Amino acid sequence: MDRPTPPSTAQTLPRNSHTWSPETNAEIRRAAETGIYDIRGGGAKRKLPHFDDLLFLGASMSRYPLEGYRETCDTSVLLGTRFAKKPIRLKIPVTIAGMSFGALSGPAKEALGRGATLAGTSTTTGDGGMTDEERGHSDQLVYQYLPSRYGMNPDDLRRADAIEIVVGQGAKPGGGGMLLGQKITERVARMRNLPQGIDQRSACRHPDWTGPDDLEIKILELREITGWEKPIYIKIGGARPYYDTALAVKAGADVVVLDGMQGGTAATQDVFIENVGQPTLACIRPAVQALQDLGMHRKVQLVVSGGIRNGADVAKALALGADAVAIGTAALIALGENDPKWGAEYAAMGTTADAYDDWHEGRDPAGITTQDPVLMARFDPLEGARRLRNYLAVLTLECQTIARACGKSHVHNLEPEDLCALTIEAAAMAGVPLAGTDWIPGRTGL
Amino acid sequence: MCGIVGLFLKNDSMRPRLGEMLTDMLITMTDRGPDSAGIAIYGEGDQLKITVQSDSPQTGFAGLDADLAAALDGPVTMRVIDTHAVLTLPDGTEAQARAFLLDRGLRVMGTGHSMEIFKEVGLPRDVARRFGLRAMSGSHGIGHTRMATESAVTTLGAHPFSTGTDQCLVHNGSLSNHNRMRRVLADKGFAPLTANDTEVAACYLSSRLAEGADLGQALEGTLQDLDGFFTFVVGTRTGFGVVRDPIACKPATMAETDDYVAFGSEYRALADLPGIEAARVWEPEPATVYFWER
Amino acid sequence: MQTIDLATTPLRELNTALQAQAAQTNQTEWQILNPKGAHAIAVGLDAPIEVTVRGHTGYYCGGMNKQATIRVAGSAGPGVAENMMSGTVVIEGDASQYAGATGNGGLLVIKGNASSRCGISMKGIDIVVHGNIGHMSAFMAQSGNLVVLGDAGDALGDSLYEARLFVRGTVKSLGSDCVEKEMRPEHLDLLRDLLDRAGADARPEEFRRYGSARKLYHFNVDHAAAY
Repeated sequence: MDRPTPPSTAQTLPRNSHTWSPETNAEIRRAAETGIYDIRGGGAKRKLPHFDDLLFLGASMSRYPLEGYRETCDTSVLLGTRFAKKPIRLKIPVTIAGMSFGALSGPAKEALGRGATLAGTSTTTGDGGMTDEERGHSDQLVYQYLPSRYGMNPDDLRRADAIEIVVGQGAKPGGGGMLLGQKITERVARMRNLPQGIDQRSACRHPDWTGPDDLEIKILELREITGWEKPIYIKIGGARPYYDTALAVKAGADVVVLDGMQGGTAATQDVFIENVGQPTLACIRPAVQALQDLGMHRKVQLVVSGGIRNGADVAKALALGADAVAIGTAALIALGENDPKWGAEYAAMGTTADAYDDWHEGRDPAGITTQDPVLMARFDPLEGARRLRNYLAVLTLECQTIARACGKSHVHNLEPEDLCALTIEAAAMAGVPLAGTDWIPGRTGL
Repeated sequence: MCGIVGLFLKNDSMRPRLGEMLTDMLITMTDRGPDSAGIAIYGEGDQLKITVQSDSPQTGFAGLDADLAAALDGPVTMRVIDTHAVLTLPDGTEAQARAFLLDRGLRVMGTGHSMEIFKEVGLPRDVARRFGLRAMSGSHGIGHTRMATESAVTTLGAHPFSTGTDQCLVHNGSLSNHNRMRRVLADKGFAPLTANDTEVAACYLSSRLAEGADLGQALEGTLQDLDGFFTFVVGTRTGFGVVRDPIACKPATMAETDDYVAFGSEYRALADLPGIEAARVWEPEPATVYFWER
Repeated sequence: MQTIDLATTPLRELNTALQAQAAQTNQTEWQILNPKGAHAIAVGLDAPIEVTVRGHTGYYCGGMNKQATIRVAGSAGPGVAENMMSGTVVIEGDASQYAGATGNGGLLVIKGNASSRCGISMKGIDIVVHGNIGHMSAFMAQSGNLVVLGDAGDALGDSLYEARLFVRGTVKSLGSDCVEKEMRPEHLDLLRDLLDRAGADARPEEFRRYGSARKLYHFNVDHAAAY
């Protein structure tokens, strides 16, 4: 903010309150004007302890690194080895998280499918059913089974490669979705069996089961319908990761997908996104602990999502015990979401590139989170697929670079002991020592 | 998260078969709760009984009856069943006996004139076999199979919970205000011993009964004071009650004939009861108290 | 008639056999013995076969059914005919909670009573209940028809979309945004057809129709108490 030139006489400067900041006051005025909470897309924007606060130790004298260009560092992942006859085989430890057709345009879903397939990984449907575009362009497609059951049908269930039962997501553990009327176009409405143009509120609980004892029976039904072929994932938000992971395992999951609070959503109340759930960093160790306590680590695979941006984040999540990570927001940015080239249009909407989050309004200049045919036409799915493939390749190369530096011939051999933390908070949350010490707050003595 | 079974006999000639019927019902609910299992059985007898548990029963129960008799200065008998022992005591010695037993490092499962409680970690089939549940007789009983949500998988964390003489409670669901309620109950002198939300509900009922409420009133109170999702089945010396929360998502099935009232989390638990084909089978309504007294 | 006894045949074998039936099968009649409340009986079928279950079923009997006619000569547990696409499911006894949940099509007939949340989030299925239904029935129901010859419990049709609800008896209470609506000739015709197909002995004129007031379709702070 431009500060006024201090007057020559003794006089205090105007001083904004930290409690009553301009952003806070603007939000009070907006609420008073409209009578509705702020709805937006994305994940938590507040500053949180994150993977940036961790560092790898690397190899030197006591550990020996691998040669970058000659010695293999395997990145393959097998998901669903517990009960499913046909596990998912990924070439890289990065998958594409569930994002709905409706929240995203058809071409954007197609680009995700093409890009992921080129990179040897899977994509995931979302709240709104499976489209032919994404099924056709995704070599391996995970079909989400959500509380709303929009578009749910046995044919798509059978043509999916895995089934992900969504209990919660990191942006809103305990909440359902909010997709506003502008995006409920004729096709979206038809797929969801809703009147066109209404504000759509998705359910927060499943309609026909509540709790892990009933979920076990639901999983039995889904397995019976699909011949016990497909891995059953259970997706949980970062709420109580130890208990939720343990209960997912007890209910019969093949894979647990754990989404921290930086994980995105197409549309939910800002108050929910910013105030409910735990940071991704804080969720991983309790979940891994639950798997270890049940003797199921690496037998029931753990996929972590929420704020994965680069290969270092991937490597850190794996080192903390994940089997793979999933990306949503990062994949959209790779496709071209929030690109500064649309700066003038963002400015016209009162925002800027990289801050635009009103995905539910359907006016995305990048043509990705929209159902507007004019805006959609700006997005080329082939170009988007190429960009996503490149980005996934970089994530993998970066992850391998770090793994080799730590002497690992498979990225799954990264372990918490390869890490140290820069802050006490991160050390406590990740359960790794503060750099330069052997102190893990909450685990070892001072 | 769990499976519940309950059986309240109206026909006294069926009493010798109570254990057998309840055991089959309990084992059927294994999928809903493989972590631990327990049963409260209301049998004959006028004498005060305490059921205690020891992880090392050989040493834990050695000479216990004689030592307790000496401490209480009155007759004590002891029946050891696996990790549990049922002690009969002179009336009026409950508090003294409880303190003595806790001091010996034993866990008190429950006290009652007719009620005995047996619960352990493990599969329902194994728990039933260890205690010989099948051979037990009585007028009514309640059983539970547990899939632990947040509190530990331990003997004390297993259901039924008994927090008052001849009172027991089992639960399917998850309470959302049990920590706050725990502090309120502690102030009233009904502090739960475990971190389990179900024990809070049991203590709540005991506190209300101690204040003079009848079972029906105490169950009505759960609808006001406990939040979250619950189906409770409770037993007293002469009664058997059921209540579900107002949302009532957790499953509950009941059956009634001239011979019995039965409760099961699923119909499967009731499927082999005698005369079930002709029974009135229904689901308890939300926020509605059901209870039977003999 | 093919007979499968669940006392001796694993569930997996039962469903594998039923799911393997094609549209042009000559084994069109099946009966299942000793269900004893077992879960996921006859799920994911996709052929015009007739299956009779002799006894009570557990959760999700007839789940995601297409084309098949499934008759339960007994009562059904939670989520019977959940997400049904087409075909017919008939329950001779009572149905537990969530009957016909999220169903997209086909006809579900319950000769006895249905418990809570009957027709929750229904998406096009037709449900005819000869007896009563429990609380929160047709919650968030999107489309299709729910016909009740008896009484309805609390909060009928809460947060309803375009599903049509017809009740002959009393309604304990209506949920948010659910209102009684005028019964027009086309509704009487629709109802007559549904009653006929469900073998229900009732006249369309005896019913009242309930539907969405459509006040929650777009957010309005004046309706905040209903959200």
